[in-house]
Amino acid sequence: MNSTTTTDLIADSAYPISATGQFDSNPPTDSPPPLLQVTQLARHYPLPRTQLFQPPQQVKALQGVDFTVAAGHSLGIVGESGSGKSTLARLVMALDTPTAGAVHLLGRNLHRLPAAELRHARRDFQMVFQDPYGSLDPHHPVERIVTEPLQAQGATSRAEQREQAAQALAQVGLRSTDLGKYPHEFSGGQRQRIAIARALITRPRLIVADEPVSALDVSVQAQVLNLMLDLQQQFGITYLLISHDLAVVNHLCGEVLVLYQGRIVERGTPQELFHHAQHPYTRALVNAVPRIEPGRARARRTLMAGKAPRPMV
Amino acid sequence: MPLLEVSDLRIRLQTHHGAADAVRGIDFTLQRGETLGLVGESGCGKSLTALALMGLLPEAAQASGSILLDGQELLGLDDAALCRLRGNRIGMVFQEPMTALNPVHPIGDQVAEPLRLHRGMDRAAARREALALLDRVGIADAARRLDAYPHQFSGGQRQRITIAMALACGPDLLIADEPTTALDVTVQQQILNLINDLVAERAMALILISHDLGVISQNADRMLVMYGGSVVESGPTQAVFSTMAHPYTRGLFAARPQLAPRRPGERTRLSTIAGTVPELADLPAGCPFAGRCGFTVAACHTTPPPPVQLGTLGAGHMARCIRLDAMPATPEDSA
Repeated sequence: MNSTTTTDLIADSAYPISATGQFDSNPPTDSPPPLLQVTQLARHYPLPRTQLFQPPQQVKALQGVDFTVAAGHSLGIVGESGSGKSTLARLVMALDTPTAGAVHLLGRNLHRLPAAELRHARRDFQMVFQDPYGSLDPHHPVERIVTEPLQAQGATSRAEQREQAAQALAQVGLRSTDLGKYPHEFSGGQRQRIAIARALITRPRLIVADEPVSALDVSVQAQVLNLMLDLQQQFGITYLLISHDLAVVNHLCGEVLVLYQGRIVERGTPQELFHHAQHPYTRALVNAVPRIEPGRARARRTLMAGKAPRPMV
Repeated sequence: MPLLEVSDLRIRLQTHHGAADAVRGIDFTLQRGETLGLVGESGCGKSLTALALMGLLPEAAQASGSILLDGQELLGLDDAALCRLRGNRIGMVFQEPMTALNPVHPIGDQVAEPLRLHRGMDRAAARREALALLDRVGIADAARRLDAYPHQFSGGQRQRITIAMALACGPDLLIADEPTTALDVTVQQQILNLINDLVAERAMALILISHDLGVISQNADRMLVMYGGSVVESGPTQAVFSTMAHPYTRGLFAARPQLAPRRPGERTRLSTIAGTVPELADLPAGCPFAGRCGFTVAACHTTPPPPVQLGTLGAGHMARCIRLDAMPATPEDSA
């Protein structure tokens, strides 16, 4: 699309052009360049055409999203379903093409890389999905699942892959004897550890985690969140954590973006959002986190009793 | 007489690892207008208990014990008798509204169905009643949307529709199994408030099943904490949360990530419960939590712990643990 390219150029022109006229991917700043830089990112999806002579309507899933993440830090993205969280994850992972805007990882515009280079660059960014039952192929042993990113990168020997897989499993607290087992032999929490091992095996700089603990039991959720913290301290991994749960984000991230209808409506530390939320949606989100508050319902019901009951038809 | 009286309910399932005792002797009573919370992790038997109440257990499951609804024994009733109860005296709200609703029927017909079946209403009367119900549960412009299909509604609206279906015949008992787990947090509160208001308005008894201690604390009068098929702690919600007698209750509470303030840059690890939820087929002979508990002694592994009454007599606060004396008096994380 022509319009795409034009908008893309406008977005890119926010970067300084060096004296030679060449595009300078490392704008001079006081601090080191961010690991991940997202500029004016937008994604529109066309709806099915309803009228023959009119252009189809569009859903603006994401509009004008800007943020940067420094290496070794974590950014949380919160929002309700349909707010564009997963679209953002897909764009950062270069699994989808933006309508406008750019994603720079380590200074490279991911959506402008030739296919071969993008494939090679993928070792730097990996993803952990929500459902460890759906994201691991039940027909493959753990070894094949965990080494698949290495195979996609090509050119390492089988023995070397096996050793790296054993190492990745050890990092997430599983045993190398687990390599020959199949996903159904593991519990939900262990499966999520396998998914994390698969993401770790290419030694990525960035891990995009889309609701990594929401399918897990509470006691196991804590184990996986602790593991993610430990791995960050050990390897300096940067997380882009997508969640609907403000408490989970608070635990892992120093900064949070609140997405609402495809736009960033608020950003700050979890504490700032918790205490001084500005946007009404953020306030609703903070208030909706269930707290330990015995007797709230009874208090509500006593209130209710004062009201005249609605007549039943 | 309590509305519901469950005593020594046991459910044995046939799995491919052999027979598994999924529910191992549960007792509770429920009065009209009261809300009972069931909390626990996957495989603890909370959903099976609900299915047993509805007579919806899998074919191969064997249930024993007793479930009395208004003095009538439900276990062992034939299908025809159960059909007269389900959707009539007992209503149920499920976790996933999209699977609970039939995608090829308009919602008006689905809400009217129990009325036509149990109340013998004609089409027009059932439709009028369905309209009133949909209006009550907060479907905006209900009259115009009676003939709309489930996919035309959002997740929260769909859950409102299943609530309208469950309420249609004015049940005495409503069972809500994780009614908000599939919904956004902001919608969760609205749905729970709606259920609470309806329970108060119609003096129903509610069994609320959730994995979330926060949801249970805010909505239940009394609660059961389940683990490995048994009730490890039960009592008035207030008492359970102020004491948290059982090590599993404490562990579950401490493992919740919280919105509590912390200093910038500070990283705190969550306290965890070591190990994983045990498989139903190989539950230990003694306390089901023995393998993961920090207070375990040899006796924990051999015999199931008996219930220990706590607090003032008659308050009904109970924990099944033989190491209660060894536990610190107050839960350390509740500060």
